[in-house]
Amino acid sequence: MILPLTFQDVSFEIGGIRLIKDLNCTLEAGSRTMILGANGAGKSLFLRLCHGLIRPTTGRVLWQGAKGRDPADAQAMVFQRPVMLRRSVAANVDYALKLRGMAAAERRAAVEDALGHTGLRRLSLTPARVLSIGEQQKLALARAWALQPEVLFLDEPTASLDPAATHAVEQIINAIDAAGTRIIMTTHDLGQARRLGDEVMFLNRGRLLEMAPAERFFNKPENDLARAFLKGELLWWQRGRDDLEGKPPKQRRQ
Amino acid sequence: MTDFSDAFGAALGLVLGFDADLAEIVWLSLRVSFLAVAIATAVGLPVGAAIALYRFPGRAALLVAMNALMGLPPVVVGLIVYLTLSRAGPLGVFGLLFTPAAMIIAQVLLVTPIIAALTRQVIEDLWVEYEEQLRSLGAGPGRAVPALLWDGRYSLLTAVLAGFGRASAEVGAVMIVGGNIDHVTRVMTTAIAHEVSKGDLSLGVNGAAFALKEAAERRLG
Repeated sequence: MILPLTFQDVSFEIGGIRLIKDLNCTLEAGSRTMILGANGAGKSLFLRLCHGLIRPTTGRVLWQGAKGRDPADAQAMVFQRPVMLRRSVAANVDYALKLRGMAAAERRAAVEDALGHTGLRRLSLTPARVLSIGEQQKLALARAWALQPEVLFLDEPTASLDPAATHAVEQIINAIDAAGTRIIMTTHDLGQARRLGDEVMFLNRGRLLEMAPAERFFNKPENDLARAFLKGELLWWQRGRDDLEGKPPKQRRQ
Repeated sequence: MTDFSDAFGAALGLVLGFDADLAEIVWLSLRVSFLAVAIATAVGLPVGAAIALYRFPGRAALLVAMNALMGLPPVVVGLIVYLTLSRAGPLGVFGLLFTPAAMIIAQVLLVTPIIAALTRQVIEDLWVEYEEQLRSLGAGPGRAVPALLWDGRYSLLTAVLAGFGRASAEVGAVMIVGGNIDHVTRVMTTAIAHEVSKGDLSLGVNGAAFALKEAAERRLG
């Protein structure tokens, strides 16, 4: 296990603008984490920092369980807009496995297995680019599934899907979780966060304002901005900037 | 007007009669241009992809130079190759001047920048779209090249065809380094220029008709 994942005073800036500010947290093994916050709160940047797609400007991101292994080999990510290569559905999954160095003989079965679990087997020879958005998102999940990662990051995986497709994607996420993969995802859908989350991180303007078990967060959020967010209030945008950034987060463990 | 119809009539006769001289000229043209484009593709695709994916000092200058070379006048290339291959030039010992090999060298120099520059743009655009996903899967720029070339195959084919168009259409370079020697280095474009300046319109029109037919086949076939 490469977990736990620890952020030590992590900041990230582009062109002098700080987009992630002094973030400290630890993600342990075992629970499913939902990252909530408004657009521009830094949710996607947080996932990219975790996944190593971007490097923190200051501070450190540590995979404490890696013990000399390359933590990148034990992670996968599903993006908000899935990127499909111009080849068949099966070949898209196969390519990911090939990059991880799996032998050709084993890949066949692994591809079949991943497509079977996501209900895409009948489409395996279809060009991936002609699939609907919902099917492409399933394929992105199948690709992640096939890699059997220890940690899976999902960046708003159901953002542009209808309820039926959202349900299908959530079932796949549940199955991946049941297979032992740690789920860390962002979402705008509070219902989804309630359904899937064990733990919630609430980000606002690049700061982690609250991190708590899902039940406590949804029933009794400590931070007033989180409370407003849960109620769907928009007023909090109009308050002063200092207020918005709130007080430094109190870290909570389960 | 009689000139025109006479010329076309004679040209048709040459084509239908499978005139040996004409066939030789067409065959040499295709051989030279295909080989030149094949070499230019083998060089241009990897070079274009590398410039698209890697950041290094002098990259901006290289980009400008490459884009400028797309518009290189064929006669200039012809002159440079001529001076290089002539007896007194640095590569004179090989005796390549006025051979098809010299024409291929000149066309490679003309076509490579076109294929490399268009490849650079295609691959760079694709990389913007694919970068995060491919990095996430474990492929940095180097390992991503085959996948990017494959996914850009339709656009890259257009780049290669543009290169072929340049190679098969130009007169200046092959005229200077090939010398338009009958049965040795005479190709369609130099033959047309030659016959027209001589006043023999039928072979000229014929060459033109052939070039046209070939272009049509390329597009439609």
